[in-house]
Amino acid sequence: MAENGRLRLKDLYLHYRSQKGPVQAVDGVSLHLERGRAVAVLGESGCGKSSLARAILRLLPRNVEYFGGEVWLDGRNVMELSEEKFRREVRWVRIALVAQAAMNALNPVVRVGKQVAEALRVHRQMTGKQVRRRVRDVFRQLEVPEDFIDSYPFELSGGMRQRAVIAMALAAGPRIVILDEPTSALDLLTQANIMNALKRIKEEQGTSFIFITHDVGTSSELADEVAVMYAGQVVEVGRADRFFPDPLHPYSRKLMASVPRLHGGGGLEFIPGQPPSLVDPPEGCRFMPRCQFSFEKCREAPPLFHTDDGRGVRCWLYEQGCEAGLAAQREPTAAVEPMDDTPPPEDA
Amino acid sequence: MAEHNNRLMAARDLQMWFPVRRWGFIPAGAVRAVDGVSFELRRGEAVAVVGESGCGKSTLARTLLAIHTPTGGRITFEGRDMEQFTSREMRWYRRRVGYVQQDPYGALPPFMNVHRILREPLIVNGVRDRQEQEERIRDGLREVRLVPVEDFLDKFPHMLSGGQQQRLVIARAIILNPGLLIADEPVSMLDASVRVEILKLLRRIQDAHNLGVCYITHDLSTVRYFSHRIMVMYAGKLVEKAPVGGLLDDPCHPYTRALLRAIPDPEPENARTYRPVPGGEPPSLMNPPSGCRFHPRCEYAIAGLCEVEEPPHFVPRADHEVACWLFREE
Ligand SMILES: Nc1ncnc2c1ncn2[C@@H]1O[C@H](COP(=O)(O)OP(=O)(O)OP(=O)(O)O)[C@@H](O)[C@H]1O
Ligand SMILES: Nc1ncnc2c1ncn2[C@@H]1O[C@H](COP(=O)(O)OP(=O)(O)OP(=O)(O)O)[C@@H](O)[C@H]1O
Ligand SMILES: [Mg+2]
Ligand SMILES: [Mg+2]
Repeated sequence: MAENGRLRLKDLYLHYRSQKGPVQAVDGVSLHLERGRAVAVLGESGCGKSSLARAILRLLPRNVEYFGGEVWLDGRNVMELSEEKFRREVRWVRIALVAQAAMNALNPVVRVGKQVAEALRVHRQMTGKQVRRRVRDVFRQLEVPEDFIDSYPFELSGGMRQRAVIAMALAAGPRIVILDEPTSALDLLTQANIMNALKRIKEEQGTSFIFITHDVGTSSELADEVAVMYAGQVVEVGRADRFFPDPLHPYSRKLMASVPRLHGGGGLEFIPGQPPSLVDPPEGCRFMPRCQFSFEKCREAPPLFHTDDGRGVRCWLYEQGCEAGLAAQREPTAAVEPMDDTPPPEDA
Repeated sequence: MAEHNNRLMAARDLQMWFPVRRWGFIPAGAVRAVDGVSFELRRGEAVAVVGESGCGKSTLARTLLAIHTPTGGRITFEGRDMEQFTSREMRWYRRRVGYVQQDPYGALPPFMNVHRILREPLIVNGVRDRQEQEERIRDGLREVRLVPVEDFLDKFPHMLSGGQQQRLVIARAIILNPGLLIADEPVSMLDASVRVEILKLLRRIQDAHNLGVCYITHDLSTVRYFSHRIMVMYAGKLVEKAPVGGLLDDPCHPYTRALLRAIPDPEPENARTYRPVPGGEPPSLMNPPSGCRFHPRCEYAIAGLCEVEEPPHFVPRADHEVACWLFREE
């Protein structure tokens, strides 16, 4: 089978064992990723984004209650592979992961160039010379000056450490890279520089990305598609150029309305209430208890409804189509308006 | 003087250098985390301090809070010079200034429940009456909307969500009725929706108590919703000070402009374009660049000037200050 970097997840589940019962962190997730495209996975803290990454790569903790579903990579269901085969043919080789907060997990006593080289040697038969050349190449792609190859992690800024971690993921030339919050801990300028480098890699090498983040603004830097996760499930998925201007699901709409915009900022909204427990999620639609548009039907779990333009939304309002769904959400909500910037008077 | 009636706090040439020693004792220079910062804050005014990681924002906060003793410059609060504070005045000052520290997860003692956490500052500051303690604890929780109060009093921090923990930290910061609140990244660890909730809360508290607020953040996009003025900090110095609208819509300093260009509003076009931002890294605070500290990354740097002489604050328009030679008056 040709190595394309095409990924299809079908009904992926990952439940953890806990004292209170199974934690339904990934609960029936289906997603498609085409070659050279990027899908952004958005959602609030604890909704299961990192668990999804772990499930795709089978990097599982000990307390797994249930793990199942299909992961089709270039036409082959890799869930059926033995662990040995999966490690040799898939993990890091075809699909790599930049784990959340990985830059804090670099080995402090090993030079970063060496750490990248090790990531490479484990997975590909290469001579020392080839390895060195490859390490230099990935560092260059990420705009890390060559003399940094011989530095120790503590000598580097956060931005450079994060680049080193991304270099480790890219070293073996995977067709798909999963980025779990790759820039969240970094400054704005560093963030923008790293996003520029990732865009270039995507464009020039046709690498596909799954970009996990809770930062909606940054997600738009790479995303061709957007998938919104809520309580372990994908509640909306679709093209980025349709999603950003006009999200469909009541949760997505509120999420987008809570994002401050630097240019032309209007009022900000927030979602009242707490995110649900994943041990004992609400029956039916999981967003129902926080949704201002919920009705009788929402007690039943909604399927993913499809719109004419190929988007999917898990909400009963869309049973009669896209127009009807949007029309049902016209009711205005309270917002936090930008501040009047005239300061208090000098004289009391 | 009449024109100073409404001034809450002022800092002049404030400096906080941390000495660095090699092998633990040989002096080897200093980290100039705050290096000549001047500003004024009025009663009821919210001013935001923005800048990159490590530029000295938290150090500025801790210096204003008298946690660090400044190595230079002076701070005045309600007209009194902090250097001259007696220990009694210092205790008064600590009551007048509330602090929301960076990292809410590290800010709360894990072994205390909500009631204990809020009672502690009252006891320390001499509120002995049990009845009054209870009332103020309950009022505090209501103020940050941790209601019904009874549901929260017995909870420990780990039983609260990130947003609830942050609200508790805020309740603790305002329980002594301060006149000034210093909030260091109060929302940056939170999800967008929770962030809006907390900002809304802070704004209500600010209005209700006519509170001066110093809001420290690296997140420029929230500033419009929370501040009257912005001060942009780079490598220990304030490089631009202006009202929020003027600064966001028409920034002057090349660093401020670069920051604003680096922030993506969620637009699908972003994925198809590269962001024009300067490369390079923030400078070392031990050996900062000569002249203007931004000059090595600045596309407009004027050779023979910017790397030689430090720019003073110019005033290109009313109430808008910028430390950049591009704005020198001919
Ligand atoms: N090993 C584990 N055992 C039990 N529960 C777990 C385990 N790992 C994660 N969880 C729980 O599963 C849920 C999803 O966690 P996950 O880390 O996937 O969330 P996330 O969306 O990545 O959040 P964040 O944005 O904070 O990184 C959370 O409620 C978390 O507490
Ligand atoms: N107590 C200290 N002793 C020595 N150096 C310190 C001390 N506190 C801070 N610094 C240094 O001062 C500089 C500024 O740190 P500070 O925490 O003020 O930055 P910041 O702008 O708050 O960054 P961030 O956005 O990451 O919170 C850093 O280089 C830091 O290492
Ligand atoms: Mg995560
Ligand atoms: Mg700080």
